[in-house]
Amino acid sequence: MIKKVITSNQAVAEAVKLAKPDVIPVYPITPQTTISEYLAQYVADGDIDSEYIRVESEHSALSASVGASGAGVRVFTATSSQGLMLMHEIIFAAAGMRLPIVMANANRAISAPINIWNDQQDSIAQRDSGWIQLYVENAQEALDTTLQAYKIAENEDILLPTMVCLDGFYLTHTVEPAEIPDQDKVDNFLPKYHGKYSFLDPKQPASVGTLADTEHYMEIRYQIEEAMEKAINVIKEVDSQFKNDFGRGYGLIDAYKCEDADIVLIAMGSICTTLRYTIDQYREKGEKIGLLKIKSYRPFPVEEIKEALKNVKKVGVLDKNISFGIGGALYTDIKAKTDIEAYNFIVGLGGRDINPKEVDEIIEKTKNPVKDISWIGLKEA
Amino acid sequence: MKIPEEELLAPGHRGCAGCGATIGIRLALKALGRNTVAISATGCLEVITTPFPETAWEIPWIHVAFENAGAVASGVERAMKAKGMDDVNIVAFGGDGGTADIGFQSLSGAMERGHNLTYICYDNEAYMNTGIQRSGSTPYGASTTTSPTGKKSFGEDKPKKNMPLIMAAHGIPYVATASISYPEDFMRKVKKASEVDGPCYIHLNQPCTTGWGYEASKTIELGRLAVETGSWMLYEVVDGEFKLTYKPQVRKPVKEYLSVQKRFKHLQDKELDTIQKYVDQQCKAVGI
Repeated sequence: MIKKVITSNQAVAEAVKLAKPDVIPVYPITPQTTISEYLAQYVADGDIDSEYIRVESEHSALSASVGASGAGVRVFTATSSQGLMLMHEIIFAAAGMRLPIVMANANRAISAPINIWNDQQDSIAQRDSGWIQLYVENAQEALDTTLQAYKIAENEDILLPTMVCLDGFYLTHTVEPAEIPDQDKVDNFLPKYHGKYSFLDPKQPASVGTLADTEHYMEIRYQIEEAMEKAINVIKEVDSQFKNDFGRGYGLIDAYKCEDADIVLIAMGSICTTLRYTIDQYREKGEKIGLLKIKSYRPFPVEEIKEALKNVKKVGVLDKNISFGIGGALYTDIKAKTDIEAYNFIVGLGGRDINPKEVDEIIEKTKNPVKDISWIGLKEA
Repeated sequence: MKIPEEELLAPGHRGCAGCGATIGIRLALKALGRNTVAISATGCLEVITTPFPETAWEIPWIHVAFENAGAVASGVERAMKAKGMDDVNIVAFGGDGGTADIGFQSLSGAMERGHNLTYICYDNEAYMNTGIQRSGSTPYGASTTTSPTGKKSFGEDKPKKNMPLIMAAHGIPYVATASISYPEDFMRKVKKASEVDGPCYIHLNQPCTTGWGYEASKTIELGRLAVETGSWMLYEVVDGEFKLTYKPQVRKPVKEYLSVQKRFKHLQDKELDTIQKYVDQQCKAVGI
């Protein structure tokens, strides 16, 4: 094991190197680009023996990933924002075809107006696709989650593509120390993958990606839902094995100082670090504020969330996305699945800063609410 | 030429009686043999051959979407390489819409990157799966549901996009045109493509009884007429060198080909004359 001071993009690339995918089709896009570059360099230097495909678009990056995964090998790709939107059609196909592709998404705002900075609208727009979505908070978690993602996706009860979501710039372009696990330990945790149902072998011909009519379509879609439900336990098991092997675990959620909290803030991704810091300051003043970090957004860990919030009076839900006309996606999910008093804060769209000062405002507006949904940090018109 | 009896595209698929596409695929698979993986774009072929839980494919087959057969094939090809199965033939089939229009970028990328695969465009000159709409491969004068003839229209007013020459411009080692009505010529080209190391493109003309409007028993006859009138020509471009593989002894007037199809029935002498002149010019350029 060695420790390096790296960006989360490099952390993802280091994890991919350790996972040894057979095929890597990628296309550059800010702020994902350096993942593609690190991987290209690893291949150029012979550090990994992967087939690297310099595709002509993100649509083809995911299409080639589906082709390769359909042929039964381990695949990695990465994208962001407009690239993820361009993939949208194939995002659904990958899940419907039950292919355990792992993709990193550097979370970035989507057009229009065009904006390269962070929010989470891009991956939220893919939430209904059947992909597992895991949101990470720092470089170490980005690395560890990428390794876990393969083990989750390739589990025979799951076979769903998995998206590792890391906040653009906040994570992709800032450096912090991260432990790089040893290859032999990773090999033990994550053995070589052989597709059991999709393999494209002329000795055992099978048709993959066929037409299904009204007699069959619903059952096939239902199986995705069943797999997504099973994924709750599989994510837990994989995390527990990872903790056993590498000493770090994350869970489906991270409930920070929630047990006795009057107010809990709920959020996903890198903002959780800012929230922890602010919550600690409130705690020093004797105010009982907690944080519920949602790591697994799909599947949505309803029971774990309910358990974490069982003694909590009110929650403030932070969304770096907006479903226009109803509110943030995380907020509407919390409202749909719990009875808790909840207020929604739309934050950080297009990279707008969220500092402890804005968190103060969020806590204040949760304590003394005036409306259900507030946009934080909006400038006067 | 000895044509294998073994069928790798099983009968009983849902193709129309007289379907030209499936004749083409059968012939291609006979030329390629069992050690082949096929990739399909969305279209007639995918719909008629794979209604779950049935399949007409006796070889491994994968379909993902309409516009990405080139990219999917790229992924399959590299996966096969990673698995140490480089000897497997990789063949992608796309219709003219899936090739010349919506799948154009993905195909161009796959060709330019040098993957070792053969892409076969089965061209019936319109979107037949959705019910005869104009594609970039629809010829001048054809009436389709989106380029219909009417008081102010004689149908499609642009000539067909020249896909094979666009593919040749990619500098790939092998490009060919073919017709299902010249099976030995077509199969020889498919076989040749499978033996070339690198990307190959074959553009297959295949009459469509439903979309072109002729009796189902006349599919092969229509394909022959296309070639005998010079409306479609058979050639290959090997390492950049153009060579005709068939030259009609006496070129028939295009009217003989057009007048037997419903899609051209409305054409007046003026349009027929324009088409004849266009074909004459195209043929002259290559020495037919």
